Amino acid sequence: MKQYSDLEFLKLSRGQKLLYRLQRFLISIPVGIGRFFMKLIRALGKLFAGIGRDLGEIGATFVQGDWKTKTSFFIMGFGNLARGQILRGILFLLFEAVFIAYMVMSGGYWLSMLPSLGITGPSEEYSEVLDAYVTRYHDNSFQILLYGVLTIFFVIAFIYTWRVNVRQNRMAEKILASGKKLKSGKDDLRSVVDDQFHKTLLALPLTGILVFTVLPIFFMILVAFTNYDGTHNGYTNSLFTWVGLDNFNTMLSWNVTGGAGTQSYAATFGEVLLWTLIWAFFATFTNYFLGMFVAMAINKKGIRFKKGWRTILVLTIAIPQFISLLYVSKMFAKNGIVNGFLMSMGWIQQALPFWEDPTWARVTVILINIWIGIPYLMLITTGILMNIPADLYESARIDGANAWQQYRKITLPYMLFVTGPYLLTSFTGNMNNFNVIYLLTGGAPTNPAASSAAGAVGYTDLLITWLFKITMGAESQYYLASVIGILVFVVVALISLVVYNVLPSIKNEEDFR
Amino acid sequence: MSEATAKRHMGLRASRAVSNTLIHVLLIVISIIWLIPFVCIVLQSFRVENTGPVGYIIPHQWGTGNYTRLFQTDFPRWYTNTFIAALATAVLQTVIVLCMSYTLSRFRFKMRQPLMRFMLILGMFPGMLSMIILYRVLKDLGLTQANAVPGLILVYVASSGMGYYVSKGFFDTIPMSLDEAARVDGATRAKILYKIILPLSKPIVIYTILTAFMGPWGDYVFARYIAFGTSAGKNVAVGLYDWLNKDQISNCYTMFCAGGVLVALPVTILFLFLQKYYVEGVTGGAVKG
Repeated sequence: MKQYSDLEFLKLSRGQKLLYRLQRFLISIPVGIGRFFMKLIRALGKLFAGIGRDLGEIGATFVQGDWKTKTSFFIMGFGNLARGQILRGILFLLFEAVFIAYMVMSGGYWLSMLPSLGITGPSEEYSEVLDAYVTRYHDNSFQILLYGVLTIFFVIAFIYTWRVNVRQNRMAEKILASGKKLKSGKDDLRSVVDDQFHKTLLALPLTGILVFTVLPIFFMILVAFTNYDGTHNGYTNSLFTWVGLDNFNTMLSWNVTGGAGTQSYAATFGEVLLWTLIWAFFATFTNYFLGMFVAMAINKKGIRFKKGWRTILVLTIAIPQFISLLYVSKMFAKNGIVNGFLMSMGWIQQALPFWEDPTWARVTVILINIWIGIPYLMLITTGILMNIPADLYESARIDGANAWQQYRKITLPYMLFVTGPYLLTSFTGNMNNFNVIYLLTGGAPTNPAASSAAGAVGYTDLLITWLFKITMGAESQYYLASVIGILVFVVVALISLVVYNVLPSIKNEEDFR
Repeated sequence: MSEATAKRHMGLRASRAVSNTLIHVLLIVISIIWLIPFVCIVLQSFRVENTGPVGYIIPHQWGTGNYTRLFQTDFPRWYTNTFIAALATAVLQTVIVLCMSYTLSRFRFKMRQPLMRFMLILGMFPGMLSMIILYRVLKDLGLTQANAVPGLILVYVASSGMGYYVSKGFFDTIPMSLDEAARVDGATRAKILYKIILPLSKPIVIYTILTAFMGPWGDYVFARYIAFGTSAGKNVAVGLYDWLNKDQISNCYTMFCAGGVLVALPVTILFLFLQKYYVEGVTGGAVKG
């Protein structure tokens, strides 16, 4: 495709400009994705080169090192102890001891069971003491998977620590050879609040994220490849096991109908995904433009009680969403205040089907979401609007631009430029906006064709509320929930990838310092 | 000034006056739309002639019966649960978020960029997914159902480091030269944080506390998983939500309104006083990210 220079572009007619922009956008999508994978391949190459270099260095350390270093390969921290770095030596040694003890006592068992996720399920056995049949529990698939993953994390941590241990020996030898002194335990303690202060600060937050976010996500990704559900809970009723790609096949194949369903999972998934995207689009942009409009209206010269208007809107943020959303949802119900008011005024004869009709329900949630979102957007845009240099408007007025032209040519481009990344996070946030949908409609009205596939699915259900319903339902098909979760991730990641590559500029954070 | 330009000025002024009046009217309408549901909740919480949802706003009979009924249910227990969880979370989460954002803003270490990118990717997974496993784990530890509060606090606080964006944006605006000057004078990194940065960061600290408090105060999903089936372990959101199901709504609707008023009141008052800091946090940090 022909690329225009700036001047040539300006000469084009309006239609041609639009077409050109559209073409550029469409081209940028595969280019962006391609660029990402190139980056990925390059990063992987770097990683392997790094590992190779590391292995070489480890070998060299062993060959060239003295006996203290060599012993440290087997007894971690030995070199540190022998060279007088008592604190470090003890810590290394302790870690190795804990690791070996753990692996012998339970880690080895978890790892060995990981490929099968348990062999013996619960069984009815005769108990002579009770003179009755009792259920005895044996393996626990859930625990095996959980502790298996945990053990793998632990092994990786051990390998890393061992590597640090080897490197420290090499460094210590070098430092001693050059006649300098090693750091003492006192120096180490001081560095905890100084040179290494960032590690101290990050230790707690990162541990939390590792245990409560990374580990569960890792676990749930693995669950997508098992048959873990309410009837295979891995302990009390039946073990669960690996099933390969079966669940993805179920979710994405047009031929597999779920249970007694009339519609395949793939069709349901497609419908819900489409609505999720439509919803995210409208929820993001209606809020964005209307919020900006309200902010501009309040900011306008000559408007009184600026602070008062803002306070009214800001206070609505304070009220917990579950109260306002649940209440508003009842206001729009068949016997709710809105219908009651309209009927008492004689404007309508029958109650409007706000939550009963699919289209009505979808429009209503988007409208109510505007009510939820505008105060927040108003706040955000107010700050940015005030940052636009006033002389831009001044000169535009002198040139005879009217209010709309000023908005189109100054305000909007500036806003879009500054809030580009925010719009992206807001879009993906709306895709996963559980609260608004679940508290307003609970997904209703129900879609009968889709519902039998995996619990009740409604016309306003997003992927995230569908996922929640699956896990809370009687059958609790956790494996399907995991598959949906992974697919949500893929969609969000793809959108982010494309947008980041299309955005006019990815802000360099160092620019603002 | 010629007559023509004077006339044009008059015209401009007149049109501005008209448009400003229109905007004032619009703002009044907007304020009414935004406030109406809350006014309705308050009014309905005092309605005693019918405890279900009705099609009118002004109660026919006024009374505080809904509030007294409220205290005969498990509501006080839910309220205490929520309050303890929110308070503990506000304190712990603030510490964690500030540690995280300060470090990512101030220090330049090798793993910084990869770490931030990694957390960005982690954030793309629906957080709800991890609740399934966290529920089972907490259950094994005995931290669910009746003992839900410590479990809830643990879950709220543990992953809160991921929400560092806003306060990092704030720390980024404090000049690095302050740190450098202090380092030249021999201050340790820790001392710089306590003696220089924290005193300058009052708005963002308050913003973080406020949002950290409001999260658990209105949380539904996680609390639903963890309270699973027991009344004693519910928080207000789960408890009040259950009052609106088909079997209970005709009896509990006005009680829901009364409960809603009691839940909304403290946060609203808090907000009224701390509004300035909240606005500063949102406008200052949220977009820069």
